[in-house]
Amino acid sequence: MILAVFSLTGLGIGLGVVLGMAARYLRVEESAIVAELEAMMPGSQCGQCGYPGCSGAASALAKGEAPVTLCPPGGRALAESLAARLGVEADLSGVAEAVPMVATPADDICIGCIKCFKVCPTDAVVGAVKQIHAVLREACTGCGKCVEVCPTESMHLVPVPVTLQSWRWAKPGLAA
Amino acid sequence: MFGLSRILEQLAVGWGVHPHPQKAPVAGLSIAAAPLASRFHVPLQQHIGAPGKPVVKVGQQVRKGEPIARSSANISAPVHAPTSGQVTAIAEFTAPHSSGLPTPTITIEADGADRWLELDVPPDPFCLPPEDIAARVEAAGIVGMGGATFPAAVKLSLGRRTRVQQLILNGGECEPYLSCDDRLMRERAVEVIDGARMMQYAIGAPELIVAIEDNKPDAIAAMRIAVEPFGDIQLRPVPSRYPMGSEKQLIRTLIGKEVPPNARPMDVGVVVHNVGTAYAVHRALRFGEPLISRIVTVNGGAVAAPRNLEVRIGTLVRDLFDYCGGLTQDPARIVMGGPMMGQQLPNIDVPIVKGTSGVLALTRQETPRAEPAPCIRCATCVGACPIGLMPLEIAAFIRAGDLNGALGYGLKDCIACGTCAYACPAHLPLVHYFNHAKGELAARERAKLKQEAARQLTQARSERHAREAREKAAAAAARKAAKQAAKAAAAAAATAENPEANA
Repeated sequence: MILAVFSLTGLGIGLGVVLGMAARYLRVEESAIVAELEAMMPGSQCGQCGYPGCSGAASALAKGEAPVTLCPPGGRALAESLAARLGVEADLSGVAEAVPMVATPADDICIGCIKCFKVCPTDAVVGAVKQIHAVLREACTGCGKCVEVCPTESMHLVPVPVTLQSWRWAKPGLAA
Repeated sequence: MFGLSRILEQLAVGWGVHPHPQKAPVAGLSIAAAPLASRFHVPLQQHIGAPGKPVVKVGQQVRKGEPIARSSANISAPVHAPTSGQVTAIAEFTAPHSSGLPTPTITIEADGADRWLELDVPPDPFCLPPEDIAARVEAAGIVGMGGATFPAAVKLSLGRRTRVQQLILNGGECEPYLSCDDRLMRERAVEVIDGARMMQYAIGAPELIVAIEDNKPDAIAAMRIAVEPFGDIQLRPVPSRYPMGSEKQLIRTLIGKEVPPNARPMDVGVVVHNVGTAYAVHRALRFGEPLISRIVTVNGGAVAAPRNLEVRIGTLVRDLFDYCGGLTQDPARIVMGGPMMGQQLPNIDVPIVKGTSGVLALTRQETPRAEPAPCIRCATCVGACPIGLMPLEIAAFIRAGDLNGALGYGLKDCIACGTCAYACPAHLPLVHYFNHAKGELAARERAKLKQEAARQLTQARSERHAREAREKAAAAAARKAAKQAAKAAAAAAATAENPEANA
C-alpha cells in the first residue's frame, strides 16, 4: 500500500516536472499565423465580423472559431485566400449573396455634423462643418460605422449600382 | 464528293465547325446608303480601353466629322459627330450590350444639312513619316472594325516598335449571316488595298498577306485585280470554317505559327487588321474623314428586305430595320454582330457603334432552343475547340464553383467563339459558363484591388492621426516653453528693474 502510494506520487511528480519543462522550453510561438492572417485582412478595423478589429478576427480564424467567410468587405476573394492559407474547405454559398454596399447620405436631412467622417476608417466621407456630406464610392467599404453615428439617420447603406463595367453573366441553370 | 472532301479536311485540320452560312441572298445585293436619321446617339465608349472624354457642351452646334469626345488614355479613341446638328444631351443611353444597361452617350439632333467640317487632307500619305500615319489614324478614331474594336493606331505604332514581319489583312468573315466585309471587298477592293498598304507602311512590315475565305469567290476575284499592280502583296484564299476569322486561327493557317497563351500576335511578329479597318484608314488618309460610318449587314428571317447598308455611327437599330422594310414578324431574338459571337440586344432602340458588323432579327425557327442534357463526356467539344482546350472539363469546374481549376485548364485562353456550344450534342450552354466565370474572375480582381486601396487608406488615416497627435503635443510643448520663457524673462526684467526688491 505504501509502495503504491509512493510510486504513483513519484510518477506524478516526475511526469509533472517533464511536462512543465516541455511547456517552458518547447513552447510554440502561435502568433505567426495570426500576424499573417491579419496582413491578409482589409485592415479597416470596421468590426462587421463581430470581432474587435482585424487582429481579433485573425486570432479567431487561427483558432478555428470563426468561418473564413466572416469578412464582408473582403468578399469571396478574401474568403478563398483565407481558406487556401488555412487549408480548410470554404462554404462560399453565403458570400455570393452578400451584395456589396456603399454608404449614401440623404441630402435633405444631412445637417453637416461631421460625426460620420470622424469615424470613417477609409476617409471615404468628405465635407465640412455645416456642409452636406458626400461619400467617395471608390473608397467606401460599406462598413456602416457612419450609419451608426448619424444623428439624423441621413446616412444609409445602398447596394453598389451595377454598371456596364461591373455587370456579368449569371451562372447558367444546372442541366438535369 | 464535296461532302467527302469536307470530312477529310475535318479529319486533317480538326478544329472548327461548319455552320450554315446563311449569307445568300444578302451577299449578292450591293451596299445601299441608309438615309440620314433625325437623331443620333453616339456612345463615348465604342472601343476597348478608356471611354472618350466629351469636348462639346449641350446646346452646342457641331458639324459632320467634328470631334465630340477626345481619347482619354493611351488605349482609347476619340469619337466624332456623324452629321451636322445640335448636341441635345450628354447622358446615359442604352448600350449595345446584352445587359441592357446604359452608358454615357452624346445625342445629336441632325439639322439635315449634313455639313462637313473643313477636312485636313494630307498630301500623299506615303511621303509622311510612318508615325504621322498612326497619329492620323488615332485622330480619326479608327478602331478594329471586325468586332474587337481595339484602337487601330495602338496596333500600328506597337507593330513598328516590335519589328513585325507580316501584316495580315483579315477578310475571313467566318460568322454566318454577315456579308459586310464580303461586299466591301467586292465593291471597294482598290480602296481596301490602298488602306492596307498605308498600314503596312506605318508598321514597316516587309510582307502583306490578304486572307479571304474560299466561300467568297467574287471577293477573291475583285481583290486579285486590286492587288495586281503591287507585286509584293500575297492573296491567300483560306478554307472556310468557323472560326477562321479569329486572328490566332488565321495566323496558324497562313504562317503555321501558334500564338502562345497570354501573348498577342505581335509576339510572333504578326499584326492582323480587318478589311473594314483598312477601308477606314484609306478614307482618313486620302480624304481626311474620321470614322463616322461603316457597313452593317441587316439580316435575319424576320427582316422584310435584308441588305448591306452604309450606316452612320449612332443610328438606331430601329431605323435600319425600318429602312429594310420593317420586321415581318416578331423576332425571337435581336442580335448585334454574328449569331455565334454577337450580343443579344434588349430592344431595337440601341445605337450602331464602330464595331457593329451586323444586326440580325432572328425568327423562332432560326434560334432553336433545345433543353440542355447531361454531359456524356463525348469530347466533341474538345475536337471542335480551335484553341485546343477541353471545354467539358472547364465547364465542369465552373459548375462546381472551382474557378481556379477552370483557370488551370486554360479558361483565360478561351476566345468565346461558341464553337464548342455549337458542336455540343447535349446543347450545353458552354460559352455561357465561360463568360460567367470570366466575369466572376474580373469581379474578384476588382474586389482585391478595392481591398488593397482600402488598406492603404486606413494606413494613411492612422499615420495622419499619429502625426496630428505628435504635432499637437509639440505645439503644446512649444507653447509651454514660450510661456515659461516669457515668465522667466518677466522675472528677470523685474529683478533688473528693481534689484533690491528680492533682496
